[in-house]
Amino acid sequence: MSIPHLPPEIETLTPSWAGETSGLAHLVSTGLDTSHGQILYLQDVCVSFDGFRALNHLSLEIGVGELRCVIGPNGAGKTTMMDVITGKTRPDSGDVFFGETIDLTRHREAQIARMGIGRKFQKPTVFEAMSVADNLALALSGDKGVWASLRYRLSGVQHDRIDELLQITRLAEFSHRLAGLLSHGQKQWLEIGMLLAQDPKLLLLDEPVAGMTDAETEKTAELLCSLKGRHSLMVVEHDMAFVGSIAERVTVLAEGAVLAEGSLAQVQADERVIEVYLGR
Amino acid sequence: MHQPLTLRLMAQLGPALTRVMVVLLLMLALALPLSHVYVAPDSAWYVSAYTLTLLGKIVCFAVLALALDLVWGYTGLLSLGHGLFFALGGYAIGMYLMRGIGREGNYQSALPDFMVFLDWHTLPWFWWGSDSLAWVLLLVVAVPGLLALVFGFLAFRSRIKGVYFSIITQALTYAAMLLFFRNETGFGGNNGFTDFKRIAGYAIAAPETRAVLFVLSVLLLAGSLAGSLWLVNSRFGRILTAVRDAENRLMFCGYDPVRFKLAIWVLSAMLAGLAGALYVPQVGIINPGEMSPANSIEVAIWVALGGRGTLLGPILGAFVVNGAKSWFTVAFPEYWLFFLGFLFIAATLLLPRGLMGLVRRGEDKTS
Ligand SMILES: Nc1ncnc2c1ncn2[C@@H]1O[C@H](COP(=O)(O)OP(=O)(O)OP(=O)(O)O)[C@@H](O)[C@H]1O
Ligand SMILES: [Mg+2]
Repeated sequence: MSIPHLPPEIETLTPSWAGETSGLAHLVSTGLDTSHGQILYLQDVCVSFDGFRALNHLSLEIGVGELRCVIGPNGAGKTTMMDVITGKTRPDSGDVFFGETIDLTRHREAQIARMGIGRKFQKPTVFEAMSVADNLALALSGDKGVWASLRYRLSGVQHDRIDELLQITRLAEFSHRLAGLLSHGQKQWLEIGMLLAQDPKLLLLDEPVAGMTDAETEKTAELLCSLKGRHSLMVVEHDMAFVGSIAERVTVLAEGAVLAEGSLAQVQADERVIEVYLGR
Repeated sequence: MHQPLTLRLMAQLGPALTRVMVVLLLMLALALPLSHVYVAPDSAWYVSAYTLTLLGKIVCFAVLALALDLVWGYTGLLSLGHGLFFALGGYAIGMYLMRGIGREGNYQSALPDFMVFLDWHTLPWFWWGSDSLAWVLLLVVAVPGLLALVFGFLAFRSRIKGVYFSIITQALTYAAMLLFFRNETGFGGNNGFTDFKRIAGYAIAAPETRAVLFVLSVLLLAGSLAGSLWLVNSRFGRILTAVRDAENRLMFCGYDPVRFKLAIWVLSAMLAGLAGALYVPQVGIINPGEMSPANSIEVAIWVALGGRGTLLGPILGAFVVNGAKSWFTVAFPEYWLFFLGFLFIAATLLLPRGLMGLVRRGEDKTS
């Protein structure tokens, strides 16, 4: 048998790519312990802004390799939830865990990003004064310290990775264009490309298809579907057709808490969900 | 293929302008001081002490403007207190120059005159080492650098941004000015330091000394220009623009903006300190007026007028404004501030990218 000759990391990588849920392999390879099959836990999270409860005892779990859609009316707390996960907002109470062991409420934004959580903002945010390729280069995983940045040179592998990302995001012909000159949809794509460049384990996408044409939306759905299994994803969207085309499990948020969870058909049939969407 | 923006801009600007600037700098650096020392004063080619000092002073201002541009133009942190770092560098070298007067002061004491006047008998502890040029050269960068480090750490960690940041930098330089105005602070009160006699053993007013100080200033400018060019084209430089344009995005890419801001902020303060240290021996005086809020605001005007976020812009701005100022203050002294205000408003309304924007537009049309 040739298996003993394989470098050890091959063995530890396989489960995460396959989305498998057992073994300590994850702990060894990444420092992230997903031995119980969940990559993200939110438990009883509360956030108030001047007395207004934006999140109200929110509890939610995301499985390894899962693609979860989160829907909910405006002001339901979807963006606030992402703020809590990424360290932008500190919860008043409750637990937020990345894997079994990492308490996200104890870390700052940049650390959380380096640990492997990527985030796309509701309003597309890219570095407008830089070329598309430079945007991707800056996002690439690697040493993000001051010293490293002074001596930084892109390696051949990284150039290839950038080219690959340009292909994936269909921006190859615009690689030299300033990001500020891209269309709204293209900026969304570039931002998704930048997330992928970070090589995150968990991607949080806040309304990724807002402002996209139907064709672009369809391509985005394809892209996201191709990512699940390899990455875990949480997608917030209002566009139900889009949600229908990618979702396995859908969580409905309302007034800062989970209202319903299940397949899209299930939640759409739920009385309470119909009420929050149509009742007012 | 991933050529940085600034390099491309430089390329578009045409090697022409850059070459002109370099040649001008070299001529300034060599021809003027040589003429001051070797040409007979009645010759048409003689560069007077006044001219040389004026230009040397502006060269120091250009370095200060460049330092401000690194934090404002590139990183988006508008400091309205950079005059403080400049003045601190000046005060540091000023201590050495005061000690260099020796017993030739009015009171013929080994202590600087103002200390005798205050009836002090020993030097305060912070004057320790002030008779050593090497030590004060260290202070020239260390004092502004440390102050910037502490101030920057507190401000950036608390995420103070935008106009709030500008206001507290302004408050900082104002507070320092009040402190330095007090005689008890130990820096000569409102008179500051003046009447210097010698530097490194040479008479400070000798043509040769002036020439050397001038050359050093030009070298400092050239060095900081080259260093800044390298810096802004490195990945570090691109991260600075990212801080300016989308700090949130940068943070969620895994970079800690506080460290990058702190690094450029401290570097900029040290550069300002160096500029101040070359300024003081040339103009022969340093007093708390250099820390006045208006002075720091003026630096921002040079940068805005020249074109922030470019490297040549702030240098151009420093030369244009200070050139105009030296002419105005002789011809119509009472109108200078009005003119400066007008210049700033005109630049903001008509030239959002400063004079460099004008140059670029010309180049765009021809290319
Ligand atoms: N920084 C803040 N200060 C005060 N209130 C806030 C803040 N951030 C969010 N909120 C409030 O919290 C509630 C939840 O906002 P959030 O942005 O999370 O909603 P959302 O589900 O993302 O809505 P949308 O679909 O419109 O994006 C809203 O009522 C909002 O006004
Ligand atoms: Mg939202």
